[in-house]
Amino acid sequence: MDNHLRALRAARGWSQQHLAERLEVSRQSVNAIETGRYDPSLPLAFRIAELFELAIEDVFVSPSRG
Amino acid sequence: MSMPPEIKRYTVRLLSVMTLYGVTLVGVNLWFRYAPPTGALAYIAAVLPAVPIALVFVVIGKLLVEMRDEYIRAQMVHDLLIVTGATLSITTAWGFLEGFGLVGPTAHYYVATLWFALQGVAACVRGILRSRERSVG
Repeated sequence: MDNHLRALRAARGWSQQHLAERLEVSRQSVNAIETGRYDPSLPLAFRIAELFELAIEDVFVSPSRG
Repeated sequence: MSMPPEIKRYTVRLLSVMTLYGVTLVGVNLWFRYAPPTGALAYIAAVLPAVPIALVFVVIGKLLVEMRDEYIRAQMVHDLLIVTGATLSITTAWGFLEGFGLVGPTAHYYVATLWFALQGVAACVRGILRSRERSVG
């Protein structure tokens, strides 16, 4: 699933490791989500959106609309 | 990065059951060598070393339940399925080789040994992929 995670993270000057620690996941998880190799569960997707204070669709691109 | 607590618990549990396995295996071997049990007790004693091996699968199951990182858990489930499929395929093929008399009979406990060996291979492959991923960024 396409997403804007890398751009959002870069805009805040956060490293993958920093974002991973904020989300309490591994750096590999952040990398896999950013590169679209892994689609997070709904709870994790909400945690990511809430961390960036955005709506979930502002972070993740709907496959049907993307 | 520090080791997640569930991995620490897994490591302690795994070391505990493997120690139990070593003690049980040596103990039962000595028992059968110097004072062989008979009757039902012999059967119970003979299968005792299998108990810690069964506990290894429980320990792995507990790790899957306790793991908080869903991506790593998904990778682990993926690896477990591939390793289990490969083990069953190899042992099925081996069974046919045995059936046609092309190889000698093999103790069935080697199935678990093969499964653990393939887990080791999977862990190595996963480690290489992760280090590649790290270098790419």
